[in-house]
Amino acid sequence: MGAYRNNIDAVRALVRDSEVHRDVYIDAEVFDLEMEHLFPNSWVYIGHASQLAKPGDFITATIGRQPVLATRHSDGSVHVLFNRCPHKGVKIASEACGNTGKFFRCPYHAWSFKTDGSLLAIPLKKGYESTGFEESPASIGLTPVKHVKIYRDFIFAKLNDGGLSFEDYFGESLSTIDNMVDRSPEGKLVVQAAPIRYMHTCNWKMLVENQTDTCHPMVAHESSAGTAVKVWTREKGDSTDTPMAVQLYAPFMSPYEFYEKSGIRIWPNGHGHTGVSNSIHSDYSQIPGYFDKMVATYGEARAKEILGETRHNTIYFPNIMVKGPVQILRHFIPIAVDKTLVESWVFRLVGAPDMLYERALMYNRFINAPTSIVGHDDLEMYERAQEGLRSNGNQWVNLQRLYEDGEKSDVTEVINGTSERQMRNQFHAWVKFMTQDMTERAEAAE
Amino acid sequence: MNEKAIADFVYEEARLLDAMQWEGWLGLYHAEARYWVPLEWQQQDPVLQPSLMYEDVLLLKVRVERLSGERTFSQKPKSRCHHLLQAPQIVECNAETGVFKARTSFLYTETRGDTLERYSGWASHELIAIDGAFKIKLKRIDLINFDAPFGNIQLFM
Repeated sequence: MGAYRNNIDAVRALVRDSEVHRDVYIDAEVFDLEMEHLFPNSWVYIGHASQLAKPGDFITATIGRQPVLATRHSDGSVHVLFNRCPHKGVKIASEACGNTGKFFRCPYHAWSFKTDGSLLAIPLKKGYESTGFEESPASIGLTPVKHVKIYRDFIFAKLNDGGLSFEDYFGESLSTIDNMVDRSPEGKLVVQAAPIRYMHTCNWKMLVENQTDTCHPMVAHESSAGTAVKVWTREKGDSTDTPMAVQLYAPFMSPYEFYEKSGIRIWPNGHGHTGVSNSIHSDYSQIPGYFDKMVATYGEARAKEILGETRHNTIYFPNIMVKGPVQILRHFIPIAVDKTLVESWVFRLVGAPDMLYERALMYNRFINAPTSIVGHDDLEMYERAQEGLRSNGNQWVNLQRLYEDGEKSDVTEVINGTSERQMRNQFHAWVKFMTQDMTERAEAAE
Repeated sequence: MNEKAIADFVYEEARLLDAMQWEGWLGLYHAEARYWVPLEWQQQDPVLQPSLMYEDVLLLKVRVERLSGERTFSQKPKSRCHHLLQAPQIVECNAETGVFKARTSFLYTETRGDTLERYSGWASHELIAIDGAFKIKLKRIDLINFDAPFGNIQLFM
């Protein structure tokens, strides 16, 4: 018997004002409850509509542990469906993406479905006559996920009926997606490439927290970014142009004061971002021709406003991070309590010069890849944490930096950029969406 | 500058890597060289298609210098590697045009602490001859499972 199932108070007790119990990272039952409650209660990212360019295109995804697929129907509509044949449960789509043509066909008994999920045909249909089949849920076809929202081509879904609407869940945090889309002179993003994938042997939340942790880069990344700066300083000779590569690495070595001033903004429901007034993305070289294209679309004032927003990492709780200035979305997909798959996607800004896409791809392989030296620094820390947390020396993880008594939850605020407030914000949301559909059992606390 | 010399060069590169003689290994690369690990099957474009690595000599120097850094925590303990090469297949050996190319099937093993990871694929070398010695212009590593989610790959294939 585990300690947490059917024990809402024990789950709540894992999170205190400025610390969390280690079990949120290392306890397998807590992980199971996240899959059963936290993810189904949250709006979860499925993919981008540009991945479904033509009718019949599909992508597969999971919400918690549940397999789903998203498809483009012949009328242009997008549908998110449970990836399960209503007959015997066989997964309908097994690949990450593809085109199914006019219909999906189950490989087991050839039940087939239209690209909106509705049942098209069953072999030997007569066998179902007078069986009451039309009353069965199988007669509908692939079960639709009821709560789906496509926001500026970003597809989100929520499995559970209860909880917040899409708008109430994300609120003002959508401004980061808005800004990333607006960076295209045509107001449009496309996914053209497969993601870089990276397997982390640690809990998924360690990665999410790291996105707004501004006190680790100058320490953990001294080995990679610090060495890059050192080697360039030594080797540059008379060169006056800093290579794109060095421009991407160098800001990771910015001092604490830089991050303090650049600020963090928190939003309700666990969302938040670093880099409010300035960020590690602020000082890249201009891409020739880009600003002119932006001015032609938006006018000079608005173009400056869009490009002046250089937010660093935006967390969309629970498990994606969006990086507008380099058009990257990282998806932290939980596999097990100590195993997380990262998919790092790059968007191309439609109508922008190639060099912007080149820079985004370069950033992605320099920072987010299993072959990235910056990535090596981070993963090493997560793995050591995953092991170290087993120590009984102290069972609590401290999130106290710049904590103030009476700190409010579910508010919008801009704060000192080295605060751990966004992590506290996430854990407040974690408790909220973990317990939203758990039953109260006062007696279970004993 | 014959076919055997190309094959010997490929073996020597692997020997230097396995011996962790990084400086000697870097010395095999031309100043304008690229080290490329594609992320797509039969990938053509390293710049506008995603790659796992596409690095110039400056970036390779950063990697090498980092490996021995005092604060390179992902190298405590250190990684080691082993290349098992099939005989290189000579794709081109033309002293007149100065184009020398080989393709070598490999098994690559990287180990650190108690973990051991194995990768397999094909290494393509594009060499030029300078003063009677080969230098690498392009080394391309095509993994059979380029799209798999790997853990840290810290050394060189």
